[in-house]
Amino acid sequence: MADITFRVNGGEKKVNVSPETPLLWVLRDTLDLPGTKFGCGAGLCGACTVHVEGSAVRSCSTPVSQVAGKSVTTIEGLGANGLHVLQQAWIAEEVPQCGYCQTGQIMTAAALLAKTPNPTDEQITQAMNGNLCRCGTYERIRKAIHRAAAAGGGR
Amino acid sequence: MSPLSRREFVAAGVAAGAGLVIGFYLPHRGSSSTEVFSPNAYLRITPDNKVTIVVARSEMGQGVRTALPMILAEELEADWKQIEIEQAGASTLYGDQTTGGSASVRTTWDPMRKAGAAAREMLISAAALTWSVPRSSCTAQNGSIVHAASNRRLSYGDLVNKAATLPIPTDVTLKQSKDYKIVGQRLARVDSPSKVRGEAVFGIDFRLPGMKYALLSRCPTIGGKLTSFDDKESKKISGVSYVGKISDSAVAVVADSVWGAMEGRRVLNVTWYDGPNKDLNTAAIVASLKQGAAGKSVSLYAVGEVAKASGRHLSAEYQLPFMAHAPMEPGNCTADYRTAQCELWAPTQVPQDCRDSVAQAVGLTPDQVTVNVTLMGGGFGRRLEHDYAVEAALVSKAVGGPVKVIWTREDDMRFSTYRPASYHRLSAVLDGAGWPATFSHRFVAGSINGQKGSPPVNGADSDLPDEAALVYSFPNALVEWVMAETAVPLGWMRSVYALQVAFANESFIDELAVSAGKDPLEYRLHLLARDQDIQFFTTTWHTARMRGVLQLAAEKAGWGKPLPAGRFRGIACFGCFGTYMAEVVEISMENDAPRVHRVVAAVDCGQVVNPSILEQQIQGGIVFALSNALRAKITIEKGRVVQGNFDDYAPLRMDETPAVEVYAVPSTEAPTGIGEPSVPPLAPALCNAIYAATKKRIRALPILS
Repeated sequence: MADITFRVNGGEKKVNVSPETPLLWVLRDTLDLPGTKFGCGAGLCGACTVHVEGSAVRSCSTPVSQVAGKSVTTIEGLGANGLHVLQQAWIAEEVPQCGYCQTGQIMTAAALLAKTPNPTDEQITQAMNGNLCRCGTYERIRKAIHRAAAAGGGR
Repeated sequence: MSPLSRREFVAAGVAAGAGLVIGFYLPHRGSSSTEVFSPNAYLRITPDNKVTIVVARSEMGQGVRTALPMILAEELEADWKQIEIEQAGASTLYGDQTTGGSASVRTTWDPMRKAGAAAREMLISAAALTWSVPRSSCTAQNGSIVHAASNRRLSYGDLVNKAATLPIPTDVTLKQSKDYKIVGQRLARVDSPSKVRGEAVFGIDFRLPGMKYALLSRCPTIGGKLTSFDDKESKKISGVSYVGKISDSAVAVVADSVWGAMEGRRVLNVTWYDGPNKDLNTAAIVASLKQGAAGKSVSLYAVGEVAKASGRHLSAEYQLPFMAHAPMEPGNCTADYRTAQCELWAPTQVPQDCRDSVAQAVGLTPDQVTVNVTLMGGGFGRRLEHDYAVEAALVSKAVGGPVKVIWTREDDMRFSTYRPASYHRLSAVLDGAGWPATFSHRFVAGSINGQKGSPPVNGADSDLPDEAALVYSFPNALVEWVMAETAVPLGWMRSVYALQVAFANESFIDELAVSAGKDPLEYRLHLLARDQDIQFFTTTWHTARMRGVLQLAAEKAGWGKPLPAGRFRGIACFGCFGTYMAEVVEISMENDAPRVHRVVAAVDCGQVVNPSILEQQIQGGIVFALSNALRAKITIEKGRVVQGNFDDYAPLRMDETPAVEVYAVPSTEAPTGIGEPSVPPLAPALCNAIYAATKKRIRALPILS
């Protein structure tokens, strides 16, 4: 067990956990932020995607010790001041079916738009290909990202 | 409602004899509002004008929390914006609450409409009495009753006290489809905002104070048992509080965090007895299915006499592997066992089965078990099982407190129930013009229902009537099923047997068309040219409706029109769960593998309740089906499932997803299923396109094996 301090959604958090604990479980179980989902535990599906220093990271495969002193954003913090433009686009395009993977999809898309404000279809595919959706919402995800980009989501 | 009044509500329903539109009125005690108008178990209206519609099916992404209330709200003439949705748990009020078989809309269409209409009529009566005017001068509009002659209006909330004192009508007039204002509209799903915020509570997200987390170590060999375990290393893991045998083939590791339980399980030392299946492997299963084709069969459909015809004989064999559902949310369930009671929070398609099997497992009666239904991160049939609920209840009982059992992805993949592997032998005799004088299909597959203790009905697995219809006007045809015995656990996976049956039928029809030198669309249309009712068990299929979807799909896909160089098309159609579906798949070949660019789907599912949800279900079904067709394969070696995660069982990702266009045949017929019917035609349409491109016939799935 070790004390680890990092920033989550703008606030400083100190947790006392085994340093190898995946960030996913610290977020969900210790910090009560269950919007980040468990899908595969192996970095294969993207349901657990969060931002660490602004980059999309698979929290299921990231030991919490690696984020010590860093800044983490989860879905709960993405739209802290109202809905993020991507969340608005997701609603407008009726993206979610079961919805389980969608928080991870949105976090991946947000990291994409931050770096590439007007992505092409190819750039979207490349960025989003690590995120699985068993309901098959991919084409609406693509539309929602274009919609958010058009609304200035990357700026 | 408070938990107390909720129980009274249920009790009142039972006292009234349950049923679907049985009315009862329940005073709402202990709150500031005086009364609740609840003419049936689906609806409550309070004086503050809150309209609550109860959804008695489970939401797994298919949109029932939106679509079912739309049906009731239509007849109620409700203001959709004022509707609140409540999820029913396991109950005795709503009949069978199983969410499967593409049945939610088609089986609640009548009860939900009648529930709304009965309430509407009572509210009209209440207003007429209030104003002392004839009922016929009052109309229900958008959440109010209006008396146009005097320009008066009362909201439903204003009328509930009086409405609640009135007799519940037993015979109500339902609206005509031309007057629909809500049904048929593209209303947004009610749960999207909470899902994009990360606030939606799936089973895995539900928590109780003091709740522990459990992972189970299960015998990896099918049918094997626990010999012994040593928990010394597990108990060294921080937070692990309990390690114990939970069944003949499982040990639970309980900790105060998921990670603690995962680590505790990782270092648990277990010895298993592999049992009778330790040498079972896929090759032996495939060989056994093939041998089974010579075994005793059950006739599912017979017309004419297939043995009599003479002409040119053709035959082909097809085979399909075991497949896993792999929903995004792995299995889980929360249980709180106390003396003489157990409460569950379950992401389940079968709350009543969870209740009953948990009661049996922990030694309670079903009425001592409460099942709350959470949102599900996908289902696809996996959550028609109740293993996760039984495990959670057993562990909670063992540790004496609330527990959430969580499965890892590997647990989900290796301890699932699987779409049955199958073997198909098809034959036909073509007449001089190339048309089939006979069509025969004999297939061998395990019985899902039989394996779960529901013996075949008249020899047939009880799923087959919904999933094995042959909707063509053959002069002579025979469809037979041979039940295979298998130790591999079988389950209902989206579209169930329809996937296997459609792959074989619709590939073989394509083979016949090719052999006859005819266009595959025209070949099918010829077999559907005559208007005919085809009876398959209790469903009457109409050739005209199948013809309709084929023509619509073909027209929208530009069938027969030239394609760019390197592009090819395939077509297939199938009827299941009461719905007619045709799909045209457009591909190119890249390094001997198909790349699907476009799928055009046409559907006839009767009245469409919500076109957006319809499109989502069909698009999603096609992506699911393309995953199945390209790569889905569960294999068994040494009695164990080989695949474990999304690397060796790889669903479709964005880069392989085609554009999917959906067209519905306008219809005012009663709605039929929509969650599953888009799945079966995809694989044969794709393989028929591959044939068009390569002249190679794919007769075994997955394509990329």
